[in-house]
Order: sequence, then structure tokens, then C-alpha cells
Amino acid sequence: MNNITELTSLITPALMVPLLPLIGFFVVALFGKKLGHASGWIASLMILASFICSLFLFNGLSGGKSLNFDVYEWIKFGEVSLSFGFLIDQLSLVMLLVITGIGFLIHIYSIGYMHHDEGFSRFFSYLNLFIFFMLLLVMGNSYLVMFIGWEGVGLCSYLLIGFWFKNPAYNDAAKKAFIMNRIGDLGFLLGMFMLVFYFGGLDYGIVNQSAMTMEKGSGILVLTTLLLFVGATGKSAQLPLYTWLPDAMAGPTPVSALIHAATMVTAGIYMIARSNILFVLAPFTLEIILVIGVATSLFAAIIGIKQNDIKKVLAYSTVSQLGLMFAALGLGAFESGMFHVLTHAFFKALLFLGAGSVIHAMSGEQDIRNMGGLKKYTKITFITFLIGSLAISGIFPFAGFFSKDEILAASFEHNKIVWILLSISSMITAFYMFRLVFLTFYGDFRGTEEQKHHLHESPATITIPLIVLAVLSIVGGFIGLPAVFSKIHSFKAFLAPVFADSKTLVEAAHEHSHSTEWMLMGIATIAALISIGYAWSLYISKKVIPENDSELSGFSKWVSNKFYVDEFYDAVFVRPFKVLSDLFLVLFDKLIIDMLVNLSALIVDVTGRTYRLIQTGNTGFYVFAMVISVVVFLFIQIIQ
Amino acid sequence: MESPETTQNWYLLLSTVLFSIGVMGVLFRRNALIILMCIELMLNAVNLLLVSFSAYSGNTEGQVFVFFIMVVAAAEVAVGLALMVSIYRNIGSIDINVLNKLKW
Repeated sequence: MNNITELTSLITPALMVPLLPLIGFFVVALFGKKLGHASGWIASLMILASFICSLFLFNGLSGGKSLNFDVYEWIKFGEVSLSFGFLIDQLSLVMLLVITGIGFLIHIYSIGYMHHDEGFSRFFSYLNLFIFFMLLLVMGNSYLVMFIGWEGVGLCSYLLIGFWFKNPAYNDAAKKAFIMNRIGDLGFLLGMFMLVFYFGGLDYGIVNQSAMTMEKGSGILVLTTLLLFVGATGKSAQLPLYTWLPDAMAGPTPVSALIHAATMVTAGIYMIARSNILFVLAPFTLEIILVIGVATSLFAAIIGIKQNDIKKVLAYSTVSQLGLMFAALGLGAFESGMFHVLTHAFFKALLFLGAGSVIHAMSGEQDIRNMGGLKKYTKITFITFLIGSLAISGIFPFAGFFSKDEILAASFEHNKIVWILLSISSMITAFYMFRLVFLTFYGDFRGTEEQKHHLHESPATITIPLIVLAVLSIVGGFIGLPAVFSKIHSFKAFLAPVFADSKTLVEAAHEHSHSTEWMLMGIATIAALISIGYAWSLYISKKVIPENDSELSGFSKWVSNKFYVDEFYDAVFVRPFKVLSDLFLVLFDKLIIDMLVNLSALIVDVTGRTYRLIQTGNTGFYVFAMVISVVVFLFIQIIQ
Repeated sequence: MESPETTQNWYLLLSTVLFSIGVMGVLFRRNALIILMCIELMLNAVNLLLVSFSAYSGNTEGQVFVFFIMVVAAAEVAVGLALMVSIYRNIGSIDINVLNKLKW
């Protein structure tokens, strides 16, 4: 806190960051009809302005400074005071730049992608609202503000998945996402109750302070962190709450890129990284996170092999990559997890936008069995998509290589089995990604003649974001060079102030030797290359086209049907719940509630019918009744 | 000279008699005009009581109150009589037993 005056001058730009998208939302939502296609540009400009403010903050907070201020005191009860305030430190800055930067690119992309859609301005109002809530989520200085953003992005996710609400299947997907998230949110909410009750508040500062005084691994810490982690599994699509994310692909492709790949689904990782002190003090929870992360990573990757919808492959890939990030968090390698969040945001947004461009070229076709040979027609899309695939497969020197290598190195040190499992998962990733690339862009075109006739490269609003993201996917990894290449890991050094306290709570991880590191990198690269080679031999040399669903048998049928998890949930949770609801409808609602309501109505009815007969219209009778009543009342008064 | 208490008792008695006559009139007469007059009688019985107690206790508040009651009563009579006239014009009678249309 050396120069406070300098920092207070940053409060205004800090407030501008979330406010601009909110203003954009109101303008576009209220005047969208009149603005027409201009609303897309207004929305994009708001995000750009927000991005510039974020850069300004980034510059102003260089050197490990952080800005923490309360806007006002919101709720006060007893000794607990909950304020509405912002905390901008290195962790939030990374997220701010990702959200506004990639958000801006995706806004530009959407102008081209949604051009012919009748809900054009509605789409942009939702996008701006989403950005606002996402910024609130990462900028809050307490769990409460984070929770507001958390719920807000859930709402926007729901609205955007069901954007084409005339299709009932899309609405179902939206509802599924909302309800699955609700289960996780309940965990988050209970975790917050624990925090208020046992830690005396929801401010990160207060919580961390009281956590430090607690015994490491105590029951309260473990329970609280587990509940928070349940929230994270919902939002970040981890086992067992991941099934909503593949279905969320019902939304327009830019939404899948922005919300369901780059930003919102990483909220769970942000939350755990933000609460790093709590989690470091609860080693048991970290073990659980590691197990869930590794399992999700492997499970989703296996499902990804057999998917034939271009967006579904990417969706399972996202689940798998998120699992990898959780594994990193579980290993206590918070910086590596955040690093992968960053690089993943680049290449996964790129892949989704590329897929969108392919879908655009194919006139709405999403099944890769009907594609093929597209590289002739869509050069830019092909090259950028290839770069994205290389990055996610972890090929040197693309962004994914560095972040994935860090996580693998951390796992190698922690537990060899985890390392093997994660390596297998990244091998599978490389395989299905190149299966996707080969089936889509190589070989002969397998679609209809009419589709072939329409094949074309997308307009500049679509290709420019692709190119920018491709460049980021190439160079993005260099901010976190491993020790063998560079003495300074700039990303780790940048984030160091955020994790400084938790580092003092665990014994320092010993650096592994350079030879080990070389070996790990070598193994990872060779494994990825083998997978790519195998995909090449299958889909290029032998020209295998995935068979129709009906021809599948055995294990591949299981995989193709996503291990029947949806069916399992349906049988175990949804249907018993429906039966129970029907039972309660008949027994409780119709029999008891309806009876009570009807009975009260009946009483009023009968009494009314009886007593209205007193109203004879005879004035003499009224006067008589009045006098008698007065006498009776007087009498009562006297005898008392 | 009688004691103040005795004088007051006479007033009380008179007031009670007047009030009872009013009540009986309201109860047993059918002519709406007479009922209205009986109501006035009841009001004035109360006025008498107020004035007498006011004089008895040497407190003028009761007398001030009476003035108000008289003003309100005058207004009430004006409205009441106007209603009577109107009813008579429409129905041709002010017998309350005839005026029994307003019922269930």
C-alpha cells in the first residue's frame, strides 16, 4: 500500500470495465429493433472499450499491486457485514483480459455469423449482459459478488443456449444446463453459508485470514471446500455434473466459443484458484479434485473419439480440458491451472469459431461424416483450425504445449499414475482432434451437391477473429516458458502475489532436473505425434468414414452413446422424480390442498347464502336490530 | 334552594324520558318524517345532558360540544328532508314499510 493516491485513480476505470457492457446491454436491449445491425457494432464497441479499460488497469497495477475497494455496504447483520466491492489483482486481471479480449473478438465474429438471424440484436444484448456478469464474477472482492456474477452467467447461458427457442429440443438443452448448474449452485450456496458461519464473512480477505488461523485439514475447512467444489463441478462441467455442456451446443456457435469454452466454464477454476488458501489448507479436498479432474479428463476424451457432430467433439474436448485444469488445481499447481485456462481460452475459442465457420460454409450441416475436403474451399478456416488443433494436442511450440506440459510435469512429481492417466488423456485428445481435422478438411466431399455448390469462405468479420486467435494460439504459450528454455516463467511470476500466502502453507515443491523435464516434454510430444499419425493412417490412408450409429456394436456403441450417462441419469433421477411428482400431484395437491381450498370457499359460500336472508329490506327491522344490539352491548359493558 | 345534585337528577330524568320517547318513535312509527323528528329528539336529549353536566361541573367544554352537535344536526336534517321530498316525488309515499325494495 505504498502509493494509495495512484491506486484510487484506478477506481473509475475499474468501475467502467463492468459498467460499459451493462450500458451496452440496456442500449441494445431497449433500442435493438430500431438500431438493426448497428446494435452488433455498438455491443462490440462497448466490449472493446471495456478491454481498453482492462489494459489500463493492467498497466496501472503492474508490479504486483492490487486494487481493493468497497462500493457500498450492502447487508449488515450482527457482526457480519457484507459489502459490495471489487478486488482487482493479477488473477482477476488475467480473467479480465481474457473475457474482454476474446469476448470482443467473438462479438466481431458474431456480427458476421448472426447476420441473417432475426434475433440479431437480442443476441447481442444477451452477449453484453453475459460479459457484464462474467466481469462481476471475476472482479468481486467477496464470494457474494462472485455469486451474483455466477448466477448471472448461468442465466445468460440459459438464454443463449435456448436462443433459437422455437426448437423444443434447444429449450430442453437450455433447461438442462440451468438445472444441472442449479445443483452445483446449491453446493456453492451452502459453502457460502459455511463461510459466513465459521469464517465470519464472505470477503476474500476476511475468509483467508480466519482460514489461516484454523488447523490444516480440519473438518470445517474440508466440508466448506468440498461444497465450493460442488459448485465448481456444476459450472465447469465436471463429473458427475458435466452432461449439460455437450447439450449446450444447441446455442449459436459464438456462444459455444465464448461461454461454453473460453470463459464461463472456467469460472469454477477461477473460484478455486481464488480460494487457494482454503483449498491448500484442505488436502483431502485437493485429492478429491485431482481424482475428479483426472477422471473427467479421461472419460470425456474417450467419449470424444466417437462423436460425429463437429461441435459435440469440441464440447467433450472442453470437458476433458477442464478436467485437466482441475487436475492441476488438485495438484496444488494453481498457476499451471490458470495458465491452461488462458491458453485453452485462445485455442478452444479458435476451434469453436473455426467450427462455426465450417458450419457456415456447409449451410448449417454439423455432421463430419457429411463433410470432407473442405480445405480447398475454406483456406483461412482450415489453417487456423489446424493451428488450434496443434495447440490443443500439445505440439511444440503452440500454446497448449507449454500449459499442458506444466500440468503433466506437476503430476509426474506428485504421482506417476496420475501422470500416466493424464498423458493417455492428452494422447486421446490429439487423436480425436485430428480425426476431426482429417474428416472435415481432407479427402473427398461427402455432402450433397447443393451443399457443395454453396461452399465458400466466410466473410472478413469471421476470418479476422480466427486469424487473431490463431496468432494468440501460437504465441500465447511463450509467456510461460518452462525452466529449460528460460529462467523466468513470466506468467507464474505475474501471478505470484495471488498465491504467495498459500505457498507459505505448503512445503515448496522441489524443482525437477532439466533432464526429467526434457524427458517429459519429449514423451508428451511423441505421444501426441503417434496419435496424430494413427489418425492419419485411419482417416487419410485407409479413408475410414465413421459408420452409422446402427452399425455400431460392443464397446464403441457404448462410447458413441456417451456411456449412456444421460440415460442413466434419466432412469435414476428424472423418472423417479417424475413418478414422485405425479404421486404428490394426486395425493397431496389434488386431495389435500384442493380439498382445503375448496372447503374454505364452501364455508364462505354457505355462510353468505344463509346470512344474506337477514337483509330483508324492511327498515323497521333494521332499526329494531340496531336498538337491540346497542342495548345488548351496553348491558355487556355494564356487567363487566 | 335545592342542592346541585338534585337539580342535576331532574335534568337526567328529563333527558332519559326524551331519549326514550325518541327511540320508541323510531321503533314504532312508520312515517319516515316522524322517524327523522324522533332522531332529532334523541340528539337533543343528549344535548340537554351535555349542557346540564357542563353547568354542573363548571366546565364549558360540554356547551361548546353542543353547538357542534346542533350544526351537524342542522346539516343532517337538511339532507334528510331533501331525501324525503325526493322519495315522495318518486314513490308517492314515505311509509318505511313500502320502502323495502333494497334487499337480497
